[in-house]
Amino acid sequence: MLGKGLVKGLAVTMKNFFKSPTTVQYPEERVRQHARFRGEEFVWYEERCTGCASCAKYCPLGIIRIVTKPSKTAMQEGDKYDIEVFDIDIGRCMFCGLCVEACPYDALFMGSGFEEGALRRDDLVITVDELRNAPKRPSTWFRPQLESRKYDPHTGKPLPWEEVGREQWPWHQKEKAGAKITRRVQRGGASEGQP
Amino acid sequence: MVPFLQENVVFRGVYCFFGGNDGNATWCGGRDGIFPGGWEWLAFFIAGFTIMFILVNGALLGAAVFVWAERRLIARFQLRRGPNRWGPFGLLQPIADLLKLITKEDLVPTSADKIVFTVVPIVMLASLLLSLAVIPFARNTYLADLNIGVLYFIAVGTLSTLGVFMAGWASGNRYAVFGAMRGVAMLISYEVPLILSLVGVVLLAGSMSMVSVVEAQLIPFVLVQPLGMLIFMLGISAELNRTPFDILEAESEIIAGYHTEYSGIKFALMQAAEMAGVLAASAVLSTLFLGGWSGPFLSGELGAMWFLLKLAFFAFLFIWIRSTFPRLRIDQIMAFAWKFLLPLALINLVATAVEVYFFAYYNAAVPGEITRSEQWIMAAINLPLAIGSIALFSRFLRERIAAPSPRLEPKVAIIQPAEAAD
Repeated sequence: MLGKGLVKGLAVTMKNFFKSPTTVQYPEERVRQHARFRGEEFVWYEERCTGCASCAKYCPLGIIRIVTKPSKTAMQEGDKYDIEVFDIDIGRCMFCGLCVEACPYDALFMGSGFEEGALRRDDLVITVDELRNAPKRPSTWFRPQLESRKYDPHTGKPLPWEEVGREQWPWHQKEKAGAKITRRVQRGGASEGQP
Repeated sequence: MVPFLQENVVFRGVYCFFGGNDGNATWCGGRDGIFPGGWEWLAFFIAGFTIMFILVNGALLGAAVFVWAERRLIARFQLRRGPNRWGPFGLLQPIADLLKLITKEDLVPTSADKIVFTVVPIVMLASLLLSLAVIPFARNTYLADLNIGVLYFIAVGTLSTLGVFMAGWASGNRYAVFGAMRGVAMLISYEVPLILSLVGVVLLAGSMSMVSVVEAQLIPFVLVQPLGMLIFMLGISAELNRTPFDILEAESEIIAGYHTEYSGIKFALMQAAEMAGVLAASAVLSTLFLGGWSGPFLSGELGAMWFLLKLAFFAFLFIWIRSTFPRLRIDQIMAFAWKFLLPLALINLVATAVEVYFFAYYNAAVPGEITRSEQWIMAAINLPLAIGSIALFSRFLRERIAAPSPRLEPKVAIIQPAEAAD
């Protein structure tokens, strides 16, 4: 170490001295996360979700709780269920993303947030209303269709539900073609009383 | 009144403003002060107190600024930003640190020797402040131009070693004693080359007074004494417990060394003494080796500016070294002092003595004087000498790791079952 190493060491620190610091001043500026970041605030497209609860079944921690009821069209048309409760307890979530992998209809996406601290454990549970109102900037994790479009959740625009899917499910193709099968639409003439 | 203080600009101004011509002081230009006759002792007291006030507070403020500068610069050396929250560029950070420290509880361990424990910060700070007395900050701006100024600085600076040992012993803590023992062993070793390196400067100047040394520097002594400056700088940074030599407060080994048990205002005072010690060392370095207040132009009027520039240069050098090198082991440190610095100091001393004898006495027009061209000749001799001797003696610092000897291979005696059965 003693010898030329001393001079080399001094040269290294002097070079560093003239570089700009790498520190990011956190509250004022933030590190830009990658587009594929598995973060909080899940992005959920209610129009795509059928209420199959695959996400809840695949969750290794069992922290997704879904309560559904049959919608008007569920039995007759093979359509979707109404979602009453969709709770994700991110206080115990480990952000493995298996729920997103499991979703067969591309309705659930990871988010890009990392600042979801709360004072009470109950506040850490994402409810269905929060999911509905969350900004629709999906992370491109496990969504090759978004990644091939070079979508960046930090700079890109919020995506509507028509643009995020892989378009290989007939139900979605039908819906995109103009069929209105959303939850709020009443379809007159459908037979009622059938469970 | 006091002969060596009447040259001091501050003292003279304040004394003449208050006391004036009333006493037997004839150096006030015949003007009268505002005090009536017979009160010049009060003017003397006020003037002396003003100097002390400026010196002590200047040193402590300088220490505060140095703490800030050190943290900022080390951060930049390590690609960080450093403190930047409190005040512009984080300038008020030392004040925040101090406020934090003085609001902490002033703990004294039950096993501590309470009197010695309490005296330690005072000893450490006092040794530092005393050493500032002989430093000329500008022309005619010094507290005392002692004719043994260099010796005085060394003697007073060594008091801090006493403080270290008192702190370690009085804490009643094993780690503190470890740190203190390491410190004493190291500091005593480094005193020897440190003092020998200054003898060259003293020989050249023909005086131990700091002011005479500055006036003797027709060219900066860093050129005439490159080896001396290197040794002094390394020795003083060991003396100041700076990072390559900070085994006496090695955090990763012995918690905080000798100041493990110190907290609150006592810790703040010790830190202030340590930081201001770097400034004092830089001041002495710039006085002895870079020409003190003299600069390329206006060294009379802008002397303080030149002095501060040189001081800042050396302080930057200390910070640079600290941010670069890892801590040495104690045997490496001892080897560095005894195998490297001491021989170099002796070489420097002998070479300088021979040169001074030759130029000042043997072959001199005026005995005892060394002209500028003679200093240049000495510089031309000493620089290759420095490089050559450094290259020669750095060979002794190599750690030799011998190849494993074949004889050391384990010899296993194989015991035959027949023998074992016997």
